[in-house]
Amino acid sequence: MTPSTAPDVISLRDITKAFPGVVANDHISLDIVSGQVHCLLGENGAGKSTLISILAGMQQPDAGTISINGVPAAITSPKAAVDYGIGVVHQHSTLVPAFTVLENLMLGETGLMMQKKRAAERLDELSELLGAQIDPHALAADLGLGQQQQVEIAKAIWKGSRLLVLDEPTSMLTPQAIENLSESVARVKAQGLAVVFITHKLREAYAMGDCVTVLRGGRNVGHISVEELATYSEQQAQDAILRAMFGDDLKTVGAEDAAELAGATESTREIRSIDLATRPVRLELLGVSSHGHGRDVEVDDVALQVHEGEILGVAGIDGHGQGALAEVVAGQRSASSGTVRFDGKDVTRLGVRGRQQLGLRYVTDDRLHEGTVGSMSVALNLVIKRIGQRPFWRFGQIQNKAVDQEAARLIAEYDIRTPSPATRAGTLSGGNIQKILLARELTHGARLVVVNKPTYGLDLKTVQLVREILIDFASNGGSVLLLSTDLDELVELSHRIEVISRGRIVGSVTNDGPGTAEKVGHYMTGAIEGVQA
Amino acid sequence: MITEHSRARNIVDGLVRSILPVILALIVAGFIMLAMGSNPLDFFAGVWTYGITGGNWQRSLVLMAPLVIVAVGLIVAFRGQLWNLGYNGQYLLGAVVASGVGPYLFAALPAWLATLIIFVGAILVGAVWSLIPAILKARYGTNEIITSLVMSFIAVGIVNLLIKGPFKDPNTPMPQTAVIPDDQLLPYIPGTEIHVGFVIAIVLALVAQFVLSRTSFGLRMDIFGASPKAARHVGINSTWMVILLFALSSGLIAFAGSIDVLGQYTYQRANWDPHYGDAVMPFVFLARLSPLAAIPLVAFYAILATGGTLAAQQAGLNVDFLLVIVGLILIFMTITEYVGERRRLGQSYLPPGLRRTLVRPFDGMRGRKSS
Repeated sequence: MTPSTAPDVISLRDITKAFPGVVANDHISLDIVSGQVHCLLGENGAGKSTLISILAGMQQPDAGTISINGVPAAITSPKAAVDYGIGVVHQHSTLVPAFTVLENLMLGETGLMMQKKRAAERLDELSELLGAQIDPHALAADLGLGQQQQVEIAKAIWKGSRLLVLDEPTSMLTPQAIENLSESVARVKAQGLAVVFITHKLREAYAMGDCVTVLRGGRNVGHISVEELATYSEQQAQDAILRAMFGDDLKTVGAEDAAELAGATESTREIRSIDLATRPVRLELLGVSSHGHGRDVEVDDVALQVHEGEILGVAGIDGHGQGALAEVVAGQRSASSGTVRFDGKDVTRLGVRGRQQLGLRYVTDDRLHEGTVGSMSVALNLVIKRIGQRPFWRFGQIQNKAVDQEAARLIAEYDIRTPSPATRAGTLSGGNIQKILLARELTHGARLVVVNKPTYGLDLKTVQLVREILIDFASNGGSVLLLSTDLDELVELSHRIEVISRGRIVGSVTNDGPGTAEKVGHYMTGAIEGVQA
Repeated sequence: MITEHSRARNIVDGLVRSILPVILALIVAGFIMLAMGSNPLDFFAGVWTYGITGGNWQRSLVLMAPLVIVAVGLIVAFRGQLWNLGYNGQYLLGAVVASGVGPYLFAALPAWLATLIIFVGAILVGAVWSLIPAILKARYGTNEIITSLVMSFIAVGIVNLLIKGPFKDPNTPMPQTAVIPDDQLLPYIPGTEIHVGFVIAIVLALVAQFVLSRTSFGLRMDIFGASPKAARHVGINSTWMVILLFALSSGLIAFAGSIDVLGQYTYQRANWDPHYGDAVMPFVFLARLSPLAAIPLVAFYAILATGGTLAAQQAGLNVDFLLVIVGLILIFMTITEYVGERRRLGQSYLPPGLRRTLVRPFDGMRGRKSS
């Protein structure tokens, strides 16, 4: 892969792709030039992912052409895309869960024998390039989302490709890791590859990008060329991009909020402060260690307190025990030692349903497979945590009227956009599915809610809505245990932030002014480097 | 209005997907018969004659009794995405409880009490037999298809050993159990020669339908089947769910065995295995795992099997030809399902690569016309 004198150009012309009900890509044209980082900006649903799956050969455009250096290229299958040297890291994992990291990376190998040794060397090389630590023999299923993504990047550049596409790669990384990523992106770029970098955070766009294209509603609504971006000041670039991204919504959301949502500015705390000393403790963990069957990270000797009306953030790199912490609080995972107290009562031995009835709720991060049953109706999904309880079930028999009434009430209250309560939940958008989860968990006597990555993968308006719902819940006396990998989100919402690493709480920061993110990041990286050293 | 319209369409779609494979299978089976030099019309007429006309419909209904119960047993497990393939062993275990222990019990106890004990015993034996695959699955995630199948082979062996050993009727040289006298068998429905096992089977299917579609237990089962993760999230104890569903499924199938012996066969021979589960399996899927919808489909098979045995002999075919038809149904079911699923997703019937190759020449023609 030597940089040639004339740069490679991949040109997309008038790419159009429609799905029943939506035009995902509407005559999109853009040029991707080798040795450049091309940032693709836009909200969720703007058509970025569709464009990428067309580039990756996973979908065929209804109209339009793709050509490489002027030669038309028919990317009819993912294999064809690989042959053209296009490597894609998708937002959602495409790893085979039952395979090890190394096996996943070798999926595309064509040789007769598996050359494990060479593969392991290549992985070491790439791990170093990416600044990641990946156990080659871990099962993909046992990796956290963040680690899976690192493996995916390695997979995409496994064979050294022409174009590396990163679909929202930073959405779950720490500030440190984002820096590492931008370093490796720079190195990949220096090798003469073209990089398409998809994000919805402005900051990243002008930190890493050489040129920017903004998509909205499936259209290419703005392009800032290499030369223009070089001449713009940060403020000018930000204004130009914001205008293109939000269009008329800019006025309704407000320029400042929009900038914040788009990740252009540093975030600040938005929740009113409370005097923790006067508030009773609602949830208390004393030396809790968890015990599950899987191989994911367990919590180890965790102690924390959540007060009434408090939002306690838990920061950490993905896969460092957040899932176990959430589950051990919700009752889905048993504690091997320690005590869980809720409103002063020992609930360590109580299961999910017992805790649910006491008002301890859990909004899981796996909305699609854990939080909802996609093949069941929205209405059923809204009462799924209250199976067998009155008034929805009498003498073990379902009362459809009561279920429908409750569903209609929650759909109206939380503005869940669904064709009808009988629609299958799996057909709704991610934002509406998240509203189902919030509606279900926050209703009927909720006192504390555990939320794990509540805004991951949602569009900006829903992100704002979800955050408002959580703030409202807390200001009405509810307590929130907020697990997130998005530092901005934690800084905006939390009163205090605990930092988790390898299943242990490694630090605690009171969120009372500027510099919180840095302090949290310090604990996060400190803990990791400390272990590595 | 839109929802009503689509609902009607869904029902039609479901019917087409359930019936079309059967029709296609019968047509292709007809061609195979032609190729083998038999007259398919003779065969199908024979199925009608020996399966329905005269008193033959009663024989079909008698066959339905164990088939329906086996179908319900399979549905209970399949709904929870547990693939209980140990049905042959489970069925024979239930049967041998009736045929082996039955003669002793009937000699000592009143018939109703003995019957009750046999039924309960058969269900328990079936349930206990399923514990090993169930616990392995729940605790260690072992693939239940393999464990239940292997347990089935062991069960078949044990049943044969029992029939040749302790349960053997000393009065015949054949390896078989003692014949249970007529007056101790299940009574007939008045006015017919159909034993009450048929009624029990239908009632069981209806109860199962109600439990699956209307109760909290049925919903828990469906959640568990749809996603074990979601089940855990909702607070369902998945270990118990696996063990319970396996025990229910296996117990029901064993129950079918005991009913079949007490209602129809009166004794059991070594190496006898009717393979009901194999025959019923495609129909369970055609019924979309609904016990109610399984009844007519099982009735169809019962007629085909009852009439087909004689009809096949007459048409000069092997009796095993029935299994060919069942296999064809499975194949066409898969194809119909694939086509239907692609259509539901609004895609072309053809996979994208093939479509491109096929459609591209026409694209060129279209371009020329417009220019």
